[in-house]
Amino acid sequence: MECTLDAQSLISISLRKIHSSRTQRGGIKLHKNLLVSYVLRNARQLYLSERYAELYRRQQHYPDGAPLLAMPACPPPPAAAAPPELAVLPLPTDTQDREARSCGAVRSGAELLEVPVCAVPPELQRAPCRDSSPGFYRATGSAGPGGGGGGGGGAGAAPGLLYPAGCDFGSGGAPHCSSRTTVLDLDTHVVTTVENGYLHQDCCSQCPCCCQPAPGLASPPPTPGTKRKYYPGQEEEEEGVEEGEPGGGGVAGGPPFAPCTKRARFEEYSTEHPQDSSNISNLISIFGSGFTGLVSRQQADSEQPLNGQLCSKQALASLGAWTRAIVAF
Amino acid sequence: LAGFGNLMQDVLWCFSQVKGTIDIGVAEADIISTVEFNHTGELLATGDKGGRVVIFQREQESKNQPHRRGEYNVYSTFQSHEPEFDYLKSLEIEEKINKIRWLPQQNAAYFLLSTNDKTVKLWKVSERDKRPEGYNLKDEDGRLRDPSMITVLRVPVLRPMDLMVEATPRRVFANAHTYHINSISVNSDYETYMSADDLRINLWNFEITNQSFNIVDIKPANMEELTEVITAAEFHPHHCNTFVYSSSKGTIRLCDMRTSALCDRHAKFFEEPEDPSNRSFFSEIISSISDVKFSHSGRYIMTRDYLTVKVWDLNMENRPIETYQVHDYLRSKLCSLYENDCIFDKFECVWNGSDSVIMTGSYNNFFRMFDRNTKRDVTLEASRENSKPRAILKPRKVCVGGKRRKDEISVDSLDFSKKILHTAWHPSENIIAVAATNNLYIFQDKVN
Repeated sequence: MECTLDAQSLISISLRKIHSSRTQRGGIKLHKNLLVSYVLRNARQLYLSERYAELYRRQQHYPDGAPLLAMPACPPPPAAAAPPELAVLPLPTDTQDREARSCGAVRSGAELLEVPVCAVPPELQRAPCRDSSPGFYRATGSAGPGGGGGGGGGAGAAPGLLYPAGCDFGSGGAPHCSSRTTVLDLDTHVVTTVENGYLHQDCCSQCPCCCQPAPGLASPPPTPGTKRKYYPGQEEEEEGVEEGEPGGGGVAGGPPFAPCTKRARFEEYSTEHPQDSSNISNLISIFGSGFTGLVSRQQADSEQPLNGQLCSKQALASLGAWTRAIVAF
Repeated sequence: LAGFGNLMQDVLWCFSQVKGTIDIGVAEADIISTVEFNHTGELLATGDKGGRVVIFQREQESKNQPHRRGEYNVYSTFQSHEPEFDYLKSLEIEEKINKIRWLPQQNAAYFLLSTNDKTVKLWKVSERDKRPEGYNLKDEDGRLRDPSMITVLRVPVLRPMDLMVEATPRRVFANAHTYHINSISVNSDYETYMSADDLRINLWNFEITNQSFNIVDIKPANMEELTEVITAAEFHPHHCNTFVYSSSKGTIRLCDMRTSALCDRHAKFFEEPEDPSNRSFFSEIISSISDVKFSHSGRYIMTRDYLTVKVWDLNMENRPIETYQVHDYLRSKLCSLYENDCIFDKFECVWNGSDSVIMTGSYNNFFRMFDRNTKRDVTLEASRENSKPRAILKPRKVCVGGKRRKDEISVDSLDFSKKILHTAWHPSENIIAVAATNNLYIFQDKVN
């Protein structure tokens, strides 16, 4: 099916729809927003596949990348265990360090990612929105670190893969690099497209906090398993509303369910969160981490959860300001 | 009945009536949001975005004017739902009537269920043609009389009066849905009904408003893992323990309430494998089912997604037995339809009385009928231009590419603001009601 819009336009249109649904009469329509999130996911997959393909093409022209080119054209089957390079992906703490380390890590990550790309692009071009793009996210164990430790010095194209604006094309960047990001500003409701324009630290800081909806970038990432109290749309809010909560319409029929539980939950909720729709925030988290769930569900059962998480984080990092804009919902 | 179950080529559809104003600007409140015949076809109810219900009643057929087969005239109008405000979530609850379902008639009064996003109401519609006169303590205007002035006692008597149709809310079923109600369905036991929202289905007893049983709950423990929602639900027409619900992923689940209290595990799961060559950005959207209907026989279910109508045999879960293309020419336009939100339109579908023909709406005020036996289909239009009494509707055709013939309309000329989402078919006769924005068209087959 031909689409007259490119992935980026689709993404910005979708974001606009989600945003405008907040002010719609009748509240957020869960069904519609879920469908929009699917379009977002599909468009994002295409966008990323295009970026990877672009990276691969650019790699061909960079002498620095020669060692990378030495990799086999057809990747061997993915390794069973996550390669150590992936585990090394840092959670940078300061800008300078970030640049160097992430570029390096990305470079190594990129080369790992690059290998499946060379196998995948033809299919991607044909059906870029396919769910089954596991080759994308699957890291191959055979890819050696190569020049991965080279870091930012090379100013190679590799980092640009995951940080489209940040560390790569900085100084020596290819002049034809046209990395753009689309940002939805929730305060002014303006959608803008930024060229190489956002701070590298934005994307890096998202990595640990990809599940954190609050713009509390300083707050530590939640330990897995703990309740994220500030997170709108948690169970407590839902339950508090549904269980006999008067809808404000003054209709008769008192709370038929456990009022004590409801009250406790309601108090817990009300102290923490300003009025917001639980549904839209849930969808935000879908963008943040639920895509992991969406993507990983589509993939083969043998898929490594580690790969899935890291890859989504990488992908998210590349979305950078987008995620912040969405997450700030 | 003449004309009942005829083959497509034998049925000529004629304009009968149109209800609603012709104003250029359509008030949003007047947009019809649901249409439903009652079980005998004597009554036709519509709900609109303004929360009003209008009931039409069919006139008795007159021997003097046999060609005017029972026209539908306004019988009762009432405000069913009002806008509400949910203070906890700071959300307005729309008064739009999402669905109306009739109860079978058991006495002189008529009963129907109407629902908005959050609250279901049971309405009693009854006639009053007598009133008591001759009270002792109050006079004819209702003013109290001074007891000391009363010298004679009399017994009040019932006197005839002009027919008055009253609608009174008999039950209000509220506070049971966190998400938006999309369906209600009366059980064949006539004692219970269900209401379905995006994630849950509740079972109610008509007599009890402060309790309902939750029979389906697909809400994930972690909302981040949400991948599908419930889009429609319906009880089996004869088996009071069986119901189906459709999902946004294009699947249908049939559940048996006898197996467990919470019917999270389906008895049957209907899904057609996706055709990978049709994959696109919008595959998930166009596969979302917008309506599901049991056939009158109870043997089949029909589902509507954005581009097709499918008929499923209850005994075969892996694919539908029939698939009909409603407007496949839109497949290449999905991008634009996504931009203008049309891709989210929820079309309904209906069976005719004998389950031989199915009908659904499209854009440009077109609606389509498919004869399951002959495999013939027809596209008709609800428009004021074709609104002369008993004028025969001419089949319409959309030109997909190449040369456009004289009477054809090209895809790019279609008016996507004129959509037929809601239609209804009389339970036993060839009479259809088609809602076109704020107008209700009634078509009948030609009486020979």
